[in-house]
Amino acid sequence: MFVYADNAATTSVSKTALDAMLPYLTDYYGNPSSLYAFGQKATEALTEARETIAACINANPKEIYFTSGGSEADNQAIVSAARLGARKGKKHIISTQFEHHAVLHTLSKLEKEGYEVTLLDPHADGVIRVEDVAQALREDTCLVTIMFANNEIGTVQPVTEIGALCREKKVLFHTDAVQAAGHMPIDVQAMNIDMLSMSGHKFHAPKGVGVLYARKGIALSNIIEGGAQERGKRAGTENVAGIVAMAAALKESCDHMEENTAKIIPMRDKLIAELSKIPHSKVNGSLDHHVPGTVNMCFEGIEGESMLLMLDDQGICASSGSACTSGSLDPSHVLLSIGLPHEVAHGSLRLSIGEYNTMEQIDHIIEVVPKVVEYLRSISPVWDELEKGQLKHLI
Amino acid sequence: MALYSEKVMDHFRNPRNVGQIDDADGVGEVGNAKCGDIMRMYIKVDDGIITDVKFNTFGCGSAIATSSMATELIKGKRVEEALELSNRAVVEALDGLPTHKIHCSVLAEEAVRAAVKDYYDRNGISYDPEMFKESEDPHGESCEA
Repeated sequence: MFVYADNAATTSVSKTALDAMLPYLTDYYGNPSSLYAFGQKATEALTEARETIAACINANPKEIYFTSGGSEADNQAIVSAARLGARKGKKHIISTQFEHHAVLHTLSKLEKEGYEVTLLDPHADGVIRVEDVAQALREDTCLVTIMFANNEIGTVQPVTEIGALCREKKVLFHTDAVQAAGHMPIDVQAMNIDMLSMSGHKFHAPKGVGVLYARKGIALSNIIEGGAQERGKRAGTENVAGIVAMAAALKESCDHMEENTAKIIPMRDKLIAELSKIPHSKVNGSLDHHVPGTVNMCFEGIEGESMLLMLDDQGICASSGSACTSGSLDPSHVLLSIGLPHEVAHGSLRLSIGEYNTMEQIDHIIEVVPKVVEYLRSISPVWDELEKGQLKHLI
Repeated sequence: MALYSEKVMDHFRNPRNVGQIDDADGVGEVGNAKCGDIMRMYIKVDDGIITDVKFNTFGCGSAIATSSMATELIKGKRVEEALELSNRAVVEALDGLPTHKIHCSVLAEEAVRAAVKDYYDRNGISYDPEMFKESEDPHGESCEA
């Protein structure tokens, strides 16, 4: 049985999105910047897509900028806020330890340019506290950037409250909503969000297309220079077909959100209930504040990459925060940030399920994972020492 | 191309000589759980020849595969020959490893050496301590072990 359980990494393109985009690859392939009617057909499609996406997050279409994806949107939002801040002599930015690298690496670059960055620690439940943000705010803070939902452990942050605090203190608030868009309701007005990033391929649009929402009045700085596309803020001929697909996919996801969630939650709960029976295992991140489909667990005494390879042999696609899967030697910065010891973080498994998964697939995962864990423990010297009491169990 | 060669996947899926030896003549353990890999190697020596070898490994696919290959390469060999096993030889026997996985082969070489050293120590066999000087940490600086 083939089970795709890595929907937080990427998703399949939905039929709706594919059908919507195909005509713009074949029949209406004109350049939207062209004057003739054939090109204007593409322009109309962009206008419509912008309206559709704006409506999904309660924004104005003029506040929607199309990008190549979530990373570009994060980069542009942060750099723009930093430049605006510098004009007023404000060069302090608040973020968190467990952001996506698109945020963290942009912040490190700004640090080298003389900005000061405060990275807040999430609590052990994987949630940032508004009080911690309040405490970190300074006179010279120009931006707070805190993710909507974490990509590894799925925990949702108190975005509305953080946004309200930022409004009160007149500080820009950006949120990387790549894991939330299409899966949870987003209302940029009610949630006090000034800038927000999303990525099409996380909600059944193709890869290579994303959105930066920037509230009216926020002057963006260009990351890509060139033509006057996106009101001069993002050059390059628009990915018309991708944008059309993204709008269709987002609308479809938002229209069916309750239904999808109602389907995913029982699958997720069964997965957690059954896999938690494995001794010395742990669920990472509070389930009280959570995107529907992401499950992250640790199994003591084994290493994540070998677990993924064995799951792959059984048809299961998943991911891990172990060092060996990242190409670095330290395990996931997210798992370390919520206080997991290195040894435990190496044995992590992320299963992210979507509405296309079935209960039969969940049953397959539940059958396979305990066997894989048991086998890897049987050949693990660490497990041997834990069992003999030479090492203390950490979970 | 897949991350690993077919040989690596074969040794990962069907590791040779996996297990423990209760009455081993030498046991070596290297690596660090914090860094994500530990190898433990057991050898049984008869008349200077490694008659049996087993391993336990906590680690990624290539850590398990290199342990397995290292046991195959030293089984039936003289102890001195086992000491000459290089990580390069393990990598070659596996048809290569990705660059960031080379440290696994270094660990496999070190596990063999640690087991032999333990055998020497237990049997009062003298040796030049220089032979077992710790090699450079294959993890470099990024793992805070």
